[in-house]
Amino acid sequence: MKTAVYTKLRKKIIGITLIVSFTPLIIVGATMYNKIKTIYNHKIEEQIKYRASAQAEAVDIFLKERAAILGAIADTHDFDDMLDEKNLLRIFNLMNQRAGAFVDLGVIDASGQQRAYIGPYDLKGKNYYKQPWCAEVMSKGIYISDVYMGYRKLPHFIIAVRGHENQKSWILRSTIDPDIFGAIVHSAQIGKTGDAYLLNKDGIYQTTPRFKGQILSEHNLDTSLFGSDATIIEQTDHQGHKFIYAGAWLKNKKWLLVISQGAFEEMTDLIATRNLEVIIIILGLIAIILTTVFTTRLAIVGLKEADQKMGELNAQLVQSDKLAALGKMAAGVAHEINNPLAVILQKTGWMEDLLNEEIFQKSEEFNEYKTSLKKIEEHVERARKVVHNMLGYARRMEPRLEDVDVNETINQTISLLENYARINNIEIKTRCYEGLPIIASDQSQLQQVFLNIISNAIDAIGKDGLVEIETTISDSMINVRITDNGPGISQEQQKKVFDPFFTTKQTDKGTGLGLWVTYSIIEKLGGSISLKSQVGSGTTFIVQIPNITPEKK
Amino acid sequence: MEYFSVLVVDDEEDFLETIVKRLNKRKISAIGVKSGEEALEVIKERLIDVVILDIKMPGGMDGIETLREIKKIQPICEVILLTGHGSMETSIEGMKLGAFDYLLKPVKLEELLPKLAGAFEKKDAQDQKIRGAQIKKLFRYS
Repeated sequence: MKTAVYTKLRKKIIGITLIVSFTPLIIVGATMYNKIKTIYNHKIEEQIKYRASAQAEAVDIFLKERAAILGAIADTHDFDDMLDEKNLLRIFNLMNQRAGAFVDLGVIDASGQQRAYIGPYDLKGKNYYKQPWCAEVMSKGIYISDVYMGYRKLPHFIIAVRGHENQKSWILRSTIDPDIFGAIVHSAQIGKTGDAYLLNKDGIYQTTPRFKGQILSEHNLDTSLFGSDATIIEQTDHQGHKFIYAGAWLKNKKWLLVISQGAFEEMTDLIATRNLEVIIIILGLIAIILTTVFTTRLAIVGLKEADQKMGELNAQLVQSDKLAALGKMAAGVAHEINNPLAVILQKTGWMEDLLNEEIFQKSEEFNEYKTSLKKIEEHVERARKVVHNMLGYARRMEPRLEDVDVNETINQTISLLENYARINNIEIKTRCYEGLPIIASDQSQLQQVFLNIISNAIDAIGKDGLVEIETTISDSMINVRITDNGPGISQEQQKKVFDPFFTTKQTDKGTGLGLWVTYSIIEKLGGSISLKSQVGSGTTFIVQIPNITPEKK
Repeated sequence: MEYFSVLVVDDEEDFLETIVKRLNKRKISAIGVKSGEEALEVIKERLIDVVILDIKMPGGMDGIETLREIKKIQPICEVILLTGHGSMETSIEGMKLGAFDYLLKPVKLEELLPKLAGAFEKKDAQDQKIRGAQIKKLFRYS
């Protein structure tokens, strides 16, 4: 029943401690992770957006430079000079020398006829009049095309500017090297899944993407989702991978620079951080569990011991309280009984005195009277003995402190009982610790103690048995263990053995005062007495006598 | 046995009456009183050789107090203490105050008589010494 109480208590302590320590740990862990995740995502988005707009700017500058070069040449040269292909080649070489990325250069007159051409293709004499860009460049002065196949069956785009001379307009047109242009765009891509490309308003690739798709093929991204500033969009492809797209429009609003990246790649660091955090928290939890279980167990063991000690102490207190009260009562009762006994004894004495007179001696019943009086005196004597024993005269004496050898005292006591034991075929064995010191105690009272316990042991065994006496020393006490292999004492009776008048012997054989007196003596000497007994296997009395060093004389 | 006078002090009337009768029957002159105060009155008026004194008496003076007063009035008067309570501490205190001996109630007259005789002998010896000293003193100054 007690164990159940402890188990319940232990569960309670462990439960409360775990809840109290787990909850904040987990809450802190989760909150931290979420905060970090938000900040991290924000940073990543900012970064990717910045990269997109920076790259868009770079592409813008590239195009603006190229357009400016063409414009400057158209403005500073005569149409006729340009028709001279030697001159045109010199200009073309100068342009590539200064800026690069020009593939060819052509001069087109107002009727759309290409009049001069420098470049790898044979395009001289082609007429562009029907091409829509031709009209646009005539009206707006500059034109940058989308990527298209054109006559040369290769994806490319052109920049064209209008020259003006004597009310006559002409066009200077150049193709931009798609590889160089593509490389500039690509320089924004990072990581394993990163990509950078240009799309036009219809979502057509204007540069070759790193993965998935070809130049001039269609991308499934809806370009209208991107605002005037750099914008982030998340999309999941058909394989379930999440991708982040950051897009920024170029200044001409025709082309959208897109940087794409797999969401998981961007998250790698965060996931690693999360895993580390989870591991730390789990280790922390394990440590908390182990510590809690361990310390709780320690505490419970301590509590159990304290409880047990308290229980023993309480039992001892109850015992000594009870015996003290009984002692007081006994003294009172003794007085009340001894006085009437004294009167009875004097009265019988007086009657005996009178019987000695002559008149009575003649009486027929003289002898009857005389024996009756003797009997009364005998029984008064019996009552007197009981009362005197009850008072425990030995107990009433303040113990006399003298030099006592406990082993010697035990041996003397045994010699008194040897005959009695031998008659009943009971062996008395001793295992005396030879190193016992001489102590200050009361030899005759100790002898009475041992006598009471050993003779009780012999009486308990009855016939054929063994009494073992062992002396040991511990800290401040000399311990004497007296063990018999008699029938033992039941739990119920163990509580009463030290009570006065408790006896298991026949009325005329024991008064029930022996162990009470024994208890009182040992208590007065500052020691203690206890017993352990198992019904069927015997009883052990343990007497502890304080180890007091005698004063030097 | 010589004749000597005994005072018995006990609050138990039946005890008192009987023991006085029995002592008188043995040619010991005995008087019984029931309290310490009465005992002191008697001691002041008469020469008493031995007092038998119950230690515990209800009300008034108890045995130990009475003993102290007796020793003030008649220092060589011997006192035998009787106790029904069995309290050794009081008995020992009594002995320290000069009681001759103590006995536990109930006590047989046969046990009491030798003690009485012993007490009387001691008192008598003391008396003799005093008388001898007085005689010497008389001779010296004559």
